[in-house]
Amino acid sequence: MPVPAALFLAQRASALVLAPLVLIHLGLAIYAIHGGLSAAEILARTQGSLGWSLFYGLFVVAAAVHAPIGLRNVLREWLGWKGVGVNLALAAFGVLLLVLGIRAVSAVTGI
Amino acid sequence: MSDTQDTLQVRVWRGGEDGEFQAFAVPRREHQTVLDVVTYIQRELDPTLAYRFACRVGMCGSCGMTVNGRPRWTCRTHVDTATGGSAVLELEPLRSLPVIRDLAADMTPFFEKWQAAQGRATGTRTRADDTHRIDPASPRRQAADAAIECINCGVCYAACDVVASDPDYLGPAALNRAWTLMNDDREGDRKGVLAAAMAGGGCHSCHSHGSCTEHCPVELNPSAGVAGLKRLSLLAMVGGKV
Repeated sequence: MPVPAALFLAQRASALVLAPLVLIHLGLAIYAIHGGLSAAEILARTQGSLGWSLFYGLFVVAAAVHAPIGLRNVLREWLGWKGVGVNLALAAFGVLLLVLGIRAVSAVTGI
Repeated sequence: MSDTQDTLQVRVWRGGEDGEFQAFAVPRREHQTVLDVVTYIQRELDPTLAYRFACRVGMCGSCGMTVNGRPRWTCRTHVDTATGGSAVLELEPLRSLPVIRDLAADMTPFFEKWQAAQGRATGTRTRADDTHRIDPASPRRQAADAAIECINCGVCYAACDVVASDPDYLGPAALNRAWTLMNDDREGDRKGVLAAAMAGGGCHSCHSHGSCTEHCPVELNPSAGVAGLKRLSLLAMVGGKV
């Protein structure tokens, strides 16, 4: 599979996953704020929840795939940064998103 | 010559990449095309003006220029259309291509990318074989027919924002040709054509801005062709064929 085409596919596929997750996440955030839930009350609901752990775990993986590919395109087209350098930098950015995201999910769900 | 309604003020790009505009005053004529204006300047005012044309009837695709900021085929563009009724016409060579001199752009990168996109038919039969029967009503043939009348003028290439920012991008015309081959039952190397379209600088670089379709003088829709290639490419990847 040619790399540019594989990245195109990965970005579209991750967008397909992200679209409903983002909508649910935003709805959830608005619901939690309007409901006046405190941080402790939110954590009480998420701690130990396998469901929320899977939901946000999937979110993190999809975002870690999606964002670096888009950023790579922007850097290549606007700054002309091509070759191995940009690929390594964006791979590192993807790993950073993944690590920070999993760390956050783990803290919120305790799993 | 004074600036009256009978006179057109024309600013013409002179020199190479670092040239400058030169002003000419050209008599206004009814139904005058932009190419008529350029020809008048070369014949009557300055014989050293370099430009390119051949058929004058919108078939050869050689007279593309930037007219008042837009890429156009100059032989079929009326001055009124290009100027929007004002008395000033500004002419430059096609963008995103090297300038040879004055209004003549070097089309070499355009045709090199055409080849890089494998924009050429690969036959499967010899003259000893029977004619390949094609059903004109088949959906694939209709898709090919809708895209086949490209005159290689380079207007879409000069209009494309991605071509302007990404020197590797093959451009709308070359990919449109690849799309016609993908829909041509006589094509013997569809796999190769799709591989070329999927490589770096291929169909996945397109941002779907649609400038190619907006500016194509023969009203083709290269943007739809590139989208078709993206679709074929995704299907091939998901189906494990590449």
